[in-house]
Amino acid sequence: MRWKLSRRDKEDDMSSFYGVELPTAFMLGTANYPSPAILDAAFRQSAASVATVSVRREAAGARAGEGFWRLIRELGVQVLPNTAGCHSASEAVTTAQMARELFETDWIKLEVIGHSDSLQPDPFGLVEAATILCRDGFKVFPYTTEDLVLAERLLDAGCEVLMPWGAPIGTGLGLINPYGLRSLRAQYPDVPMVIDAGLGLPSQAAQAMEMGFDAVLLNTAVAKAGDPVAMACAFAKAIEAGQLAKTADPMEPRDMAAPSTPLIGKAFLQ
Amino acid sequence: MKISINGVATEVAARSLEAILQENGYGDSRVATAVNGNFVPVSQRASCQIEAGDAVEIVAPRQGG
Repeated sequence: MRWKLSRRDKEDDMSSFYGVELPTAFMLGTANYPSPAILDAAFRQSAASVATVSVRREAAGARAGEGFWRLIRELGVQVLPNTAGCHSASEAVTTAQMARELFETDWIKLEVIGHSDSLQPDPFGLVEAATILCRDGFKVFPYTTEDLVLAERLLDAGCEVLMPWGAPIGTGLGLINPYGLRSLRAQYPDVPMVIDAGLGLPSQAAQAMEMGFDAVLLNTAVAKAGDPVAMACAFAKAIEAGQLAKTADPMEPRDMAAPSTPLIGKAFLQ
Repeated sequence: MKISINGVATEVAARSLEAILQENGYGDSRVATAVNGNFVPVSQRASCQIEAGDAVEIVAPRQGG
């Protein structure tokens, strides 16, 4: 690609997540694809560098998890298990412990859901679970809101990464509170932050990166697209474009027009 | 004795969690376990004694967002 970041730019701009520098800022979910082959192609062609996964009940003799786990391992990406669907701290902690054993990683995307319709995080349960998990050696990626006080509590609990939502999970609404996200980004400039959930279009991912977020995590927008592989590639390009734009130091917006073509030398035609 | 396995009432003869996994067809499957809401690591399955009415959860890797 012509506009690849130079190596120096990449080194300057590379974000570290618990000491891991990811080759791309694209984190992609693994749920709801039309087929495992399409999931595989979406990851390979988009160069997404993190795959989110979950744990679910296994029927006796089914061994359904093994085929999926093999597919994910063969992708060679960083695995980020989640605690999706958990509505209490204790449920999330137990789920995280099971995920750590199954996926052999101490990374955990911590979800503690507080509201069934909006899937909004339960801030109190989230801090409680994060405190327990950080103390237990987990590297916690909390799915949170843009709330500054909650961010502070999560950092106090030991989280070294924050994952504010763009919009409620699965809505595709994009960044519905740009002011709140800008405030969060500005308040903690050195904390790696991932916009997680609510994105529907690549332009929204570019916007997140232009705002200075370090990565983007999404699932539904790719998996439910008519062509998931093409959409994954579109997101990858948008994420890289937004990242490059951020490093290119964008101009300041202004209210008054300013001609881009110099007036000096214009023909006098009256 | 009767216990719950993944929410289904199940009659088991074995007493340890490890033996119950064997008895119910999980064999060497890649699974993680919890009993009554508490995680039980692989290393403790043999010594984990299950009692009547206990709730055993058995999970495996799945797709997720």
